[in-house]
Formats: sequence, structure tokens, C-alpha cells
Amino acid sequence: MPRLEELQDLTTQVRRDILRMVHKVNSGHPGGSLGCAEFFVALYNELMELNEGFDMDGNGEDLFFLSNGHISPVYYSVLARSGYFPIDELNTFRLINSRLQGHPTTHEGLPGIRIASGSLGQGMSVAIGAALAKKLNKDNHIVYSLHGDGELQEGQNWEAMMYASANKVDNLISTIDLNGQQIDGSTDKVLPMGSIRAKFEAFGWDVLDIKEGNNLEAVVDGLKKAKSMTGKGKPVCVLLHTIMGNGVDFMMHTHAWHGKAPNDEQLEIGLAQNPETLGDY
Amino acid sequence: MKKYIDQGKNDTRSGFGAGLTELGRTNPNVVALCADLIGSLKMDQFIEENPERFFQIGIAEANMMGIAAGLTIGGKIPFTGTFANFSTGRVYDQIRQSIAYSGKNVKICASHAGVTLGEDGATHQILEDIGLMKMLPGMVVINPCDYNQTKAATIAIAAYEGPVYLRFGRPKVANFTPPDQKFEIGKALHLIEGTDVTIVATGHLVWEALVAAENLEKQGISAEVINIHTIKPLDVNAIISSVKKTGCIVTAEEHNILGGLGESVARVLATNQPTPQEFIGTNDTFGESGTPAQLMDKYGLDNKAIENAVIKVIKRK
Repeated sequence: MPRLEELQDLTTQVRRDILRMVHKVNSGHPGGSLGCAEFFVALYNELMELNEGFDMDGNGEDLFFLSNGHISPVYYSVLARSGYFPIDELNTFRLINSRLQGHPTTHEGLPGIRIASGSLGQGMSVAIGAALAKKLNKDNHIVYSLHGDGELQEGQNWEAMMYASANKVDNLISTIDLNGQQIDGSTDKVLPMGSIRAKFEAFGWDVLDIKEGNNLEAVVDGLKKAKSMTGKGKPVCVLLHTIMGNGVDFMMHTHAWHGKAPNDEQLEIGLAQNPETLGDY
Repeated sequence: MKKYIDQGKNDTRSGFGAGLTELGRTNPNVVALCADLIGSLKMDQFIEENPERFFQIGIAEANMMGIAAGLTIGGKIPFTGTFANFSTGRVYDQIRQSIAYSGKNVKICASHAGVTLGEDGATHQILEDIGLMKMLPGMVVINPCDYNQTKAATIAIAAYEGPVYLRFGRPKVANFTPPDQKFEIGKALHLIEGTDVTIVATGHLVWEALVAAENLEKQGISAEVINIHTIKPLDVNAIISSVKKTGCIVTAEEHNILGGLGESVARVLATNQPTPQEFIGTNDTFGESGTPAQLMDKYGLDNKAIENAVIKVIKRK
């Protein structure tokens, strides 16, 4: 089977995982998770150079930090299906005594997670710190981070953006999930941010658009291009244009499924649109 | 009664600077971050000797806490430096999520704590930081008393794995503990043995407690003075065993009595050894501009205030 087809199958399976996880506990955030399925699959399977197993320091490998921690379902699914922990454990999402907390955390020792996130706006600073540690350690690997577009309304991001370019943190690729939606409505309605590209450029970053953020091939190609832009004196920003709720027709193009789980009937419709490929957990 | 001699006034922040300089020479994993207050935090020497291990963050404390958390991933031991107010209240959620909950090995080093910051006034005089930090699960909270102890504490926390809040101050105060002391996190120090009252003090108020004990001796009152440099974890046994002997206690801190050392001591005593207690600290108030001595006097934080509290608490036995 050609590689791309394999990854498509994985993406479909990840979407099933997301729907089943949030449905089971009737809580969680399917919208942003579905929109970022291609990004996570591409990142963990085609982009990141990863060591066997997991250790917190992550020396000699690429690192990833999820800043918008509420899209934990897609993160957990991809981590499990990349071998960080048993796929069966997805069954415990948001349940008592689980390592799969509502928002990702190191606190329960879940392999693959290096920082707690959920309270928004903190991940870019953390990613910069990890990138600086790599430079001190003469480790030529890359630090990736993901942020929501609504999340950019948090001021700490702009402190971080200023710092990263001023200090030439050029081993960092921060991706913004541009789905245009946040809890209370579209980002343009809640707090219009103007041109995010212009803002990042004004803050001294190299910016790359991935216009088709839900086209796996486009995402892989875009991220590879972003990787080629590292090491040139500037931090790299990827503007990933996605559709919230992608892959489940009634969840798409709306903020309504940001933090709402499907009921039994809606789950069946969603799963029917994403037939089982690699096997459900 | 054991006497303590001021070896020459010095500021606790310089003790931090000296400790950090030594760490720069001995521990290659130690890195330092500052939010535009290098001179105030006495970080110059470390920076001169280790420019590649220093990060000037600018006036962006939230970003500093996040970067510090990230630097631990890869094995660095970050020491952040800014005023206590900007080290805690301003960045509480960043510390809570990215450092404390994430269990990161960050040392939050906070100068200019309390009213003795002086003339800058209440915007900069945080009196709530001990409370804020001790409430965070897993956070160690240390408030050393003088230059020598601050230097020793700075060196000691690098060897401890986990988040630490290290609080110190601006003014030059008595330097009376040994220069070569070993600093043990969580281990209270008995400075004076006594039988009538226990005085438990932290930070700048330890010296005031010693002065008070000397004055009390002249009145025939034997005060036991304990230096609690570590507020969390608290040396519970040292406190309980002392009050079993003396039967009453005064706690003294340059901090709001709501949420400070005194309340931690009261909790320990209420559950183990109910004991009359008086609290020296600010009482649900902000500070104001003035000299450190004026402020210590006005807000009841000097040796006179401790002396009066001792006399009061002994009557309650």
C-alpha cells in the first residue's frame, strides 16, 4: 500500500477514535481535534525524528508541544497509535484514575506528554525554552508546537513571539490552527485579529501557509517545507488552514462542536462517514 | 543565652547573587533568566562568567516562566529572577500549570519581597506571595534570613529536584549565620534554647526575633528562637517539640498573617498540640512608601512588636 494511503487510513481511524472517546464520556472537544487529525498524523509519522520509547528530556529527537490542550483527543489517539502507550487506554479518556486527563498533563506520567496545557497561551514559551535547551545541548533537532487561532488572544503568545525572533530561535516551528472558530463564535466575531500572517511577520517570523490543512498530502508537503526553513535565523510559523469538525459533515464549519460530544445517533452518523480502517480500540 | 553577632550588614539578594555565581562555576546545567532586573537581582557576575547560560527575557514575566519550564526539558536547571511580586501574583497561572502541575525543576528566585522594599510602595511590596506559593501542590517555599543563609539556600536548591520558590529582600540587614553553613531544605534551626515561649520566625524577622529574645531575657523571660527558613515543607517536629516545652508560641514574618507562615504553624498546632499563638505579620493590608525601618515599625514587624506579642501570649498560657 502506498505510504499516503496508509496515512489516510490512519487519519480516518484517528477521527473514529476522537468521536468514540468524547461520546463515551459525553464530554471533550471534538471540533478542533477533528480539524487537526491530518496535522498530527503527518507530524508524528512523516516529520518528527523520534527516539524509541519516551524520556522527558527528549535529547536527540524532535519535540512537540500542544498549547491548545483541549484538543487532547486527537493528541492521545495519535500518541497511542504511534506506540507511546497501549491503544486500549483510549478507553479511559476523562475517567477517574486515568492517565488521559481532560487536558494533557505530565502529572499522571502519560508517555509522550512533556508539559501540562489547557490554560491557554503558555505553550509557545515552553517550546522556546525547550528549543533553547536544544541549542545549549548542541542538539540539532526541531521543536514543534501547535496553537489555536483563538488562543492567540492570550497576551503571553506575543511576549513569546517577540522573544523568539529577537533571539533567533530558529529551531522552532509553531503552527497555528486557523479554523476561525472559538467557543463563543467565529474569531472574527469574538475578537477580530486581522492578518495573523502580517502580525507574525511584523514580529520577525518566517511564515508559511498550508492552505489545505485537511489535505494530508498538502500538510506533509507544507510541514516539510517549514522544516527546510529552520536554521536560518528566524522562528518559523505555519498557518494551517483547517475546518473545525472536519470529516463529520454536521460538525464542519461551526463552533457548535468545539466542546460538545455527539449523542448515540450522531456518533453512528459520524462513524459511518469514517469507516473503520486499522481497527477500533 | 547564645548571642549572635552581626558580621556586617548585607542584603539577602546579594546572597542570592553570590550563590548563583558559585553554581555557575560548579554546575553546568544551571541557567539563569531575568526579566529586566539584572542589577536588582545581583545576577551580573553569573552573566559575566556564563553569558551563554543567561537569558534576558525582557519585561515579560509570563514568558519567562514558560521558557524556564521548557528549559528543564533537556536537563537544564533554570533560576528565574525578578521581584517577588512579578515572580508570583503576576504569573500565578503560568507557574501553576507550566511549572507546578507539570512538575518542572524551576527555581523561582524572588527579590524585594515584603514592605522592606521601601519607597517604591505597595505596588511592589508583595505580602501575599508565601500564601500563593505554598498553596501550589509540590512547591517548596523558602525564605532565608540573611546574606549567608540566602547564599547557602541558593546553592542547596540546585541539588533538589522539583519546583522551588526562594524569597529574599532588598535592604541591607544583619548577617549573623555562619558563612559556610550547610543548608538543609525543610530543617528548622534552633538559634536560642528557651523555656517560656517559642518564637518561630522567617526571613528578615529572624534577626528581629533574636533582638527581642535578648530584650526579653533582661525581663526574666526565656525565649526559644527557631529560624524557619523553609515554610513548606514545614519542620513540624521542631515546632511541636518546642511548644511542648514552652507552652506558647509567636510566629513572625514579613507577610500577611492571612496565608503566611503563622497560619501553617497554627494548622500544625491545632491538629497536634493546641497552643496559644500570637501572629506577627501584616494584617490584611497593603504596604506604602517609607524607609524599611519606618515600615517595619508602622506595620508591627520589628523586635518591639515581637516582644509585646511574647508578653501577651505568655499571659494566655
